[in-house]
Amino acid sequence: MAETEIQATVVVDARGLLCPMPIVKTAKAMKGLEAGEVLKVIATDRGAIADVPAWAGSTGNELLEWHEEGGDLVFFLRRGEEE
Amino acid sequence: MADTNGSPGTVAEAPRSAALSEAEIREIVRLEIARAGARDPGTKTATIIASKGTLDWAYPPLILATTAAASGMKTSVFFTFYGLSIIHRDFEHLLKVSPLGNPAMPMPITMPNLVLGLPGMGPVATKMMKAKFRGKNVATIRELLDTARELDVRLIACQMTMDVFGYKPEDFIEGVEFAGAAAFLAEARKAHLTLFI
Repeated sequence: MAETEIQATVVVDARGLLCPMPIVKTAKAMKGLEAGEVLKVIATDRGAIADVPAWAGSTGNELLEWHEEGGDLVFFLRRGEEE
Repeated sequence: MADTNGSPGTVAEAPRSAALSEAEIREIVRLEIARAGARDPGTKTATIIASKGTLDWAYPPLILATTAAASGMKTSVFFTFYGLSIIHRDFEHLLKVSPLGNPAMPMPITMPNLVLGLPGMGPVATKMMKAKFRGKNVATIRELLDTARELDVRLIACQMTMDVFGYKPEDFIEGVEFAGAAAFLAEARKAHLTLFI
């Protein structure tokens, strides 16, 4: 559990979903954000550990931090300037 | 455009000669390559050929296409030969699993091909896979097709195989386009990512 949790504008609950749905939901939610705003993604698919950072890297968004909370994987992504 | 401070080409920074370390040069090269990559439309274009018409093989092209589109890539999937079944209106019934000749398929007990070839084994395998996928909460083919269209993935049916199999445009789901090899290649030559599945 992070002590000072980053403030997110929008939260995506992708728990229980498998590839490719956590990424699809993340991408859809990110479209609605302004540059600089933060998206929190909660997933249970272990593939997300590799997929979320890879997706962030190829879309110009920044993965600020991620951690595990119980069985959940929690990611904080900051919307980049470009798509 | 307008000449403000100094003429174009004037470098205000320190003289270049011998001022840069190898690490700095490497960093500049790395950044330039990254910039060139970001500018290159090829890095943002994905073209996929879906050539197989079984339930298990319907997944990879749709999973990769939706993920590519969700990653900001202009994505098209060209459905040819048996792959046409994936975008057929009746895909729910057409897409099946065959346990025959697939030794990697997980089965409750090992069964020889002779048994797997008996009538009724195909439907059993199809039901098993559907139940397994549902149990694990994997997206259905319908959900993936809906997601693909929502994300503007171009779904293209191969006109030649449509003609061979006797399919008409109205046999396919909404939003499908029709084209041939040249149209696919025209798109694929602009893409760094081209997959044949």
